[in-house]
Amino acid sequence: MNEQLAFTIEVFANGLMAGVLYALVALGFVLIYKASGIFNYAQGVMALFAAMTLVGIQNGQVPFAHLINAIFGTEVHHFGWSVHSFAAILLTVVVMIALAWAVQQFVFKHLVGQEPIILFMATIGLAYFLEGVADLMWGSELKALNVCASEGNCLPQGMNVWLEGTTYEALGYGFFIDNLDIVASIVAAILVIGLVIFAQYTKQGRAMRAVADDHQAALSVGVSLNFIWVLVWSLAGFVALVAGIMWGAKSGVQFSLSLIALKALPVLMLGGFTSIPGAIVGGLIIGVGEKLFEFLIGAPYLGGATENWFAYMLALLFLVFRPQGLFGEKIIERV
Amino acid sequence: MFYREAGDFSTTYADDQQTFPIKFDRYRYYVVLFIAIVVIPFVINDYWANSLLLPFLIYAIAALGLNILVGYCGQVSLGTGGFMAVGAYSCYKFMTGVDIWWSGELLFRLPEFNIFFSVIMGGVMTALVGVLFGLPSLRIKGFYLAVATLAAQFFLVWLFNRVAWFYNYSASGQINAPERDMLGVLITGPSTEPWATYLFCLFFTIVCAVIARNMTRGASGRKWMAIRDMDIAAEIIGVNPLRAKLTAFAVSSFFVGISGALFFSVYLGAVEVGEAFGIQKSFLVLFMIIIGGLGSIFGSFAGAAFLVVLPVALKVVGVDWLGWPTDIVAHLNLVIVGGLIVIFLIAEPHGIAQLWRVAKEKLRLWPFPH
Repeated sequence: MNEQLAFTIEVFANGLMAGVLYALVALGFVLIYKASGIFNYAQGVMALFAAMTLVGIQNGQVPFAHLINAIFGTEVHHFGWSVHSFAAILLTVVVMIALAWAVQQFVFKHLVGQEPIILFMATIGLAYFLEGVADLMWGSELKALNVCASEGNCLPQGMNVWLEGTTYEALGYGFFIDNLDIVASIVAAILVIGLVIFAQYTKQGRAMRAVADDHQAALSVGVSLNFIWVLVWSLAGFVALVAGIMWGAKSGVQFSLSLIALKALPVLMLGGFTSIPGAIVGGLIIGVGEKLFEFLIGAPYLGGATENWFAYMLALLFLVFRPQGLFGEKIIERV
Repeated sequence: MFYREAGDFSTTYADDQQTFPIKFDRYRYYVVLFIAIVVIPFVINDYWANSLLLPFLIYAIAALGLNILVGYCGQVSLGTGGFMAVGAYSCYKFMTGVDIWWSGELLFRLPEFNIFFSVIMGGVMTALVGVLFGLPSLRIKGFYLAVATLAAQFFLVWLFNRVAWFYNYSASGQINAPERDMLGVLITGPSTEPWATYLFCLFFTIVCAVIARNMTRGASGRKWMAIRDMDIAAEIIGVNPLRAKLTAFAVSSFFVGISGALFFSVYLGAVEVGEAFGIQKSFLVLFMIIIGGLGSIFGSFAGAAFLVVLPVALKVVGVDWLGWPTDIVAHLNLVIVGGLIVIFLIAEPHGIAQLWRVAKEKLRLWPFPH
């Protein structure tokens, strides 16, 4: 088998894996946008916040330790215990639900009926607020995230030896694929299927879709908008937690984690803001596209690091020809 | 009582159409100008210039520019940082003499421009780039456009990082402003006087504000606002959307470019593009116009002042008075800025400018309630 071709296929596969992670973040956007028309810029910071909270709970850190020390002159840092991963994840989910409630109660309840752009700005403000709170609560230093089901049975790191060995024997070229990426793809797939089932077959899911369709009609048949919005924000918080775990385990929990939200934006533009399948397909296209572009054109001819902007340029060009995205609803404008 | 138009008769059209029709407003404006031009240069020192006044003046220009695009024309842009970088790098190239190469040979080299014209050229080049990235706005609207302008942000920063021509092949990849003077007074470089840099920036700020004010209340401004309120309807009554949107992009980018050029050459002196003109800068300027007030010239200044003063004030209170560590104060700053934005949007979506308008209305009627 041709070496160059095999390498391209490997880049392609890695791009697919990266795309799955983009899609995971984009999903959170789509959920909130569909149900409330809010374009939630804070999604990335929510992932960061969730991941930091998870690490903090696992290590038994005292929340706001630095602030307390600064005010009272004390020296508290840790409670001195560590929490099992599973319990920590459950606790983090509780925190994210509380956060969803607070966001709805204190921010968006007061902004109902405002223009979409105002809501968007509010989520940017929320993003800054959350980022500051997360840093104050848990400290801003780089943290390692290890999610372990039991002793020594953690989220896998490093490349997959089995896959490399098998492909080497079969094709004469060993494929290099990260173990974590494989796990992330499987988790993302389960999450998507779960969300679709939830939206299609449960009572709350149907109510959610009704709200997405028409607020007033949903209200008139007795759906509580407030509850649905809290539910949607909680779901987005849960998706953010999963994304935070995956990205955090990959590259550590730090500020740059929140920047994946920016990476999810072109994914959304490609797929359309209102479509769950669109988020997945868009994520895969962006993931594969930027890796292949970097490998085939960026690194050899343009001096590398084209991944920073390729996704946006692709989305920009794409939108010029199809302004509503791949699967978005057709935009009809009337005076 | 004292703030009203009673007894203030306009007898000519020029009187009627002036920027500040109420006498009190006009005198206040003259007093502010007098203090800014005549008083401050004599009392200014390095600390005030570098931590408050220069950033305020420079960000005010950027906020004016972005406000024209977002507040008046309704085209949301997240590419401000990238456009500021264009201004900074073109200013640098024109300051040091633009060199044009063709297949390994130097074709020609422009003479080194005076710092004043370099800054202007920074604005002009940015306007051209802005129009280029404004073209998609004809098809893409709303959020989609906001995200599309991110392409400009990331692409431009990458470009200035990777193409060595832009930073004159310096080893560090930074650009450093060489010493340049105007009329014998040093404007850039390490040994400048605070009053000189202050007056230089102040000149640009005043000129930009006057231009912006007059453009937005004239024919072009009305076209922009028509496009903002409903572009299809505007098109039907005869506003050319292509021209309106592109002129908004051009004027806005021109201002943003000038502010980027000043930010680099006068204020910082040395710039690493990803650090100085990253996505954070785009959001910062956007916050300024949200907090200040979308679609208001005064709002641009108020927002810039607010977001420049707030971190400094917090630092003084937190670090100097309370003795807290700097990182905690920086995080608190984030919390407060984010919280304020949300509170502003809930309480007053039209920002400080609207509060000011309400206050003026109250003053006009005072001491009567109605």
